[in-house]
Amino acid sequence: MNRLIFEKSVSGRRADNLPRLAPSEAGVKLRIPKKYYRDDEAALPELSELDVVRHFTNLSRKNFSVDGNMYPLGSCTMKYNPKVCEKIAALEGFSSLHPLLPQLRGGGMLTQGALEVLHETERLLSEIVGMDAFSLQPSAGAHGELTGMMLIAAYHRDKGNKKTKVIIPDSAHGTNPSSAAIAGFTVVSVPTGPDGDIDFAKYEAALDDEVAALMMTCPNTLGLFEKDILRIAELAHKRDALLYYDGANLNALLGRCRPGDLGFDVVHVNLHKTFATPHGGGGPGSGPVGVKARLVPFLPTSIVIKRNDGTYALEYEREKSIGYIAPFYGNFGIILRAYAYMLLLGREGLRRVSDNAVLNANYMQARLKGRYELPYDRRCMHECVFSAARQSLKGVHAIDLAKALVERGIHPPTVYFPLVVKEALMIEPTETESKEQMDEFIEVMLELADLADKDPGQFAAMPRNTPVGRLDEVKAAKDMRFKA
Amino acid sequence: MPYIPNTAADRSAMLKAIGVASVDELFADIPAKVRIGDLRIPEGRSESQVVDHLSRLAQSNVQNLTSFVGGGFYDHFIPACVDQLASRSEFYTAYTPYQPEASQGTLQAVFEYQTAICRITGMDVANASLYDGGTALYEAAMMAVRITGRKKIVLDSGVNPIYRNMLYCYTSNLAVDFQEIEVVHGQSDRHRIADALDENTAAIILQNPNFFGGVDDFSDIVELAHAKGCLAVVSAYPISLGLLKTPGAMKADIVTGEGQSLGLPLSFGGPYLGFMATRMEHVRKMPGRLVGQTEDAQGRRGFVLTLQAREQHIRREKAMSNICSNEALCALRALIYLSWLGRQGFRELARICAQKAEYAKTRLSAIPGVKVKESAPTFNEFTLELPCDARDAVSRLIDKGFAAGFPLGRYYKGMDNYLLVAVTEKRSREEIGHFAEALEGIL
Repeated sequence: MNRLIFEKSVSGRRADNLPRLAPSEAGVKLRIPKKYYRDDEAALPELSELDVVRHFTNLSRKNFSVDGNMYPLGSCTMKYNPKVCEKIAALEGFSSLHPLLPQLRGGGMLTQGALEVLHETERLLSEIVGMDAFSLQPSAGAHGELTGMMLIAAYHRDKGNKKTKVIIPDSAHGTNPSSAAIAGFTVVSVPTGPDGDIDFAKYEAALDDEVAALMMTCPNTLGLFEKDILRIAELAHKRDALLYYDGANLNALLGRCRPGDLGFDVVHVNLHKTFATPHGGGGPGSGPVGVKARLVPFLPTSIVIKRNDGTYALEYEREKSIGYIAPFYGNFGIILRAYAYMLLLGREGLRRVSDNAVLNANYMQARLKGRYELPYDRRCMHECVFSAARQSLKGVHAIDLAKALVERGIHPPTVYFPLVVKEALMIEPTETESKEQMDEFIEVMLELADLADKDPGQFAAMPRNTPVGRLDEVKAAKDMRFKA
Repeated sequence: MPYIPNTAADRSAMLKAIGVASVDELFADIPAKVRIGDLRIPEGRSESQVVDHLSRLAQSNVQNLTSFVGGGFYDHFIPACVDQLASRSEFYTAYTPYQPEASQGTLQAVFEYQTAICRITGMDVANASLYDGGTALYEAAMMAVRITGRKKIVLDSGVNPIYRNMLYCYTSNLAVDFQEIEVVHGQSDRHRIADALDENTAAIILQNPNFFGGVDDFSDIVELAHAKGCLAVVSAYPISLGLLKTPGAMKADIVTGEGQSLGLPLSFGGPYLGFMATRMEHVRKMPGRLVGQTEDAQGRRGFVLTLQAREQHIRREKAMSNICSNEALCALRALIYLSWLGRQGFRELARICAQKAEYAKTRLSAIPGVKVKESAPTFNEFTLELPCDARDAVSRLIDKGFAAGFPLGRYYKGMDNYLLVAVTEKRSREEIGHFAEALEGIL
């Protein structure tokens, strides 16, 4: 039943309805010599428009989504994406705007509305996280990390510092060490201590004059607030090492505290998490980077400025800028949605986001901890991390619980991450789930814990009601079939 | 409260279950001295107020210009079914398909997208997308460095200057050297490229059509590169592949490009779509997500993310790239767009663009003082030499309702009088005629 679109092709069928050439246009001879042409036709499918529409409509039905299912995927902040933001992003005055327009002489005035959106978004984000300036250019969280690491490298180079290392806790997202390495740094991993915070003594021991930065997620990926953060920052700053804030978990802190006040020098924010822009099946996201004043000279080109007369312009000439990390001004369509979301929620709304996100996660934690092992038993922030260690003694692993949840119509939590917890189940309900929905999830989780005790053999066949059952991943890697 | 369902009763029941008296207690780990009272941002607004405000801002952007601006980002028509289908929230509110049984919609679409990219570029394997054409080119450069173990890149100056700036930015902390080769007579300079390629060269990077609009067949350059053990990377404009020789047919090793033209709105610079394809032998060195075909226990076909050992969530600091979020929804748009165009439409669209551009070239170069710059053949974009500074001409034409093109003086020294003009299927013969009259009028 899952025929590929290419397998539905019928020779001679067409959906396209392209403009016709005027005779005078068609009459001009193309001056492209034969050797420059392709000698085959690209084997794209031949279908009617209805064929195309049915194909993708039916495909869409094979997805779990926030709009259709509870989606408590830890670290991903799968909150509801307000529909009005989609409507705003589709406004013709934004969606049809060519990015090169403001680079034409006299063109800046043609894009004032778009430039205002960028400038105002930077201003709001700066206040929300306590930074002095923002660049909206990074296209995703990992892209923001890389930009941040490049800013830190530029800062140290400018000061004549010889720094080669970046400290990263072992609970960090894989993007952190990867981004640091791509920016040319050596990664020093520091373990997690017994209470789930970074092991302070080991951090202190790792901190020397060659350390350029410490990358942290706060709350960390265990969903725990780093209690020693102020001491950690103070020690780093004494050595002129900078603090980088991975904003993946910012949904816990809105209106309660600001990374800038905690001592962080560079921050990235995932607009597709905290600021409710849709995840798109894996993207596009947006990962703006905020900095404290001493890093402002290094921000990527271009920079949106507000002139004294109230108009907006783009500035390209900044001597110390790291240069071009994006072709233009960032994922504008995503930034626009996030801007709308910030306007909708405002000061009170954003604080309530975090209040309810944290309340919901703690409720989950309280209700489930009798049946699932809680490796770090303390108040969590916006997510809680359990382990399926007890269930795995019976042969039911985190992945089995995940597949059983799929069968029940619930998207599973993140499994096997963070790496520091064996059989991890990382649950992030977000503030947009209701208590009834969470209660349903909790009931299912408790039933599954019972089933794991009484009849663990049942799990292997799950899920039984999805378009396909458990797929053979080894075969996929072995066959290496990546196209029709 | 918008989007937050918890009522006062819900909250007190939950606090009771947790065993705390207030929400504030849940934030006790935050040191008292850094807790804040209120954010200094405005109060929330109603949905209608926000729509009004942003509609006003949208309207303040000028929308009625007839555009001939391209430069790698093109004003193509987007069929309604692309917007409609990509707006299905089963697609756009899903996450990366880590749980394949719950994500076959996204996974099959990505598999089909990979197939479509391979078919238009003539390559073996495409990844699930990168951020944009520029970052895709940077990833290709680093992929070539990994494959060859060499650190020098020869870079054709016909590659989009924005992308060249990005390449320099991203490699500023890495030991990678670039040697730029100037374009001559609108095409890549074979002699200087041959001289530049040596046993330290990881790759030659080329673009087709180049930034000036010139069309080329790089087969001979690819052969030169391979003879020196270097890879050939080609950045391609996907719409041109309806007519032009594919990078695959030129034996290129890595192909990248900007997929914006494939059904994505210009949207002031993003989100866009970086595509990347390569030869099978290099697949394990390719960055980004990859979807592969497999089956379940009953033998039913299904799709999964595969070869994940290349990626950051497994390999951490040794990963091929740090990319995590990609541009999946943009890739879906591209796939729907290419499915709508189909085999015949894909070729026909390329032909329409090329014919209209050739017609515009004829009309515009008939204006006294205006010349077509290069002798190279062009596809849908070409360079005009004006008898004045192109920036001034553009500025004056804006007042007449035209975005006339992109003045090359912004990125190329000594090219102040040159204007890059792009024509898509959206420009009618009448618009081209009016544009020619307006240009003549201001000269």
